[in-house]
Amino acid sequence: MEKAIVLGCSAIGAGLAMIAGIGPGIGEGYAVGKTIESIARQPEAKGDCTRTMFIGVAMAESTGIYAFVVALILMFANPFLKKL
Amino acid sequence: MDSIGQGPKVVFTIPIFGGIEVTETIVIGWGIIVAVLLLSLWLTSDLKKIPEKKRQIVAEMFVDFVNNTVKNTMGPAFMSFAPYIAMLLVYAVLGALVSLIGLRPMTADFNTTLTWALMTFVLITYFKIKTNGFGGYLKSFAAPIPVMLPLNLLSEVATPLSMAFRMFGNVSGGMVITTLLYGALGSLSRLLHVSFSLGVFDINLAQMFIPAMLSIYFDLFSGCIQAYIFATLTMVYVSSAAEES
Repeated sequence: MEKAIVLGCSAIGAGLAMIAGIGPGIGEGYAVGKTIESIARQPEAKGDCTRTMFIGVAMAESTGIYAFVVALILMFANPFLKKL
Repeated sequence: MDSIGQGPKVVFTIPIFGGIEVTETIVIGWGIIVAVLLLSLWLTSDLKKIPEKKRQIVAEMFVDFVNNTVKNTMGPAFMSFAPYIAMLLVYAVLGALVSLIGLRPMTADFNTTLTWALMTFVLITYFKIKTNGFGGYLKSFAAPIPVMLPLNLLSEVATPLSMAFRMFGNVSGGMVITTLLYGALGSLSRLLHVSFSLGVFDINLAQMFIPAMLSIYFDLFSGCIQAYIFATLTMVYVSSAAEES
């Protein structure tokens, strides 16, 4: 019974953790939109803009990746099950 | 569904120091090292001043690409970094692309990415100490005001951790999603009665074609972009560590 509760709550927690995916989604979309704007204004700076955008997008993605790692730990390497 | 939720399988155990476990990742990594060695020997054999063969042109294109990237990002003073960056790029791209032939991607193991991130961290610290001196390096943690000390320490530790987690998360996320999709499509084809059994092989019709589309994004695009980003971040961090006054 205890195990079932812990497992169920862990699954809910993993799902809740992935809500953090909203943030990077919005941020990356904004960054890419701005990059396209600047490329449309100055097509000759395309290479620089794209390279910088990729670095920025990768940085913005970190928070989403952290949430994903938390979800993975909750699902596959649950630390709470060992405490029962 | 067996491959998710578990780390890489242990292939064999070396019976010294109480048994050192050699995992899939290490075996695949050594396989890639041997493959890259043979490939570079083949690409650079019989070099001419004016290239005659296609393979020499390919090798020169790759070397030029790395040299130009390092020169543009770090400046001409850091050209000695080009081989290290080329190593990171080749190893990371091939380590992610082995999933195309059905092996476990090497970068889906946190040990691999953490090792690379720690190598970068050592380089960053070395260049910070080299430019500022050891006293200046210690003092930079208390800048601009001593109250910031815990935050500065945290951000120093977060740099290698976030680099390692980013690469690991992307590749293993793709692996988990692809494996889940395979499982779902397998049940779907058993539900629709389109799964056959040919001796030891199970053929599920729904499992064909659809995972290939996802594989283009998760294996090809994500693997190459993450390798490029890891190399670029290494260059940016190291050159900014050397610039600090």
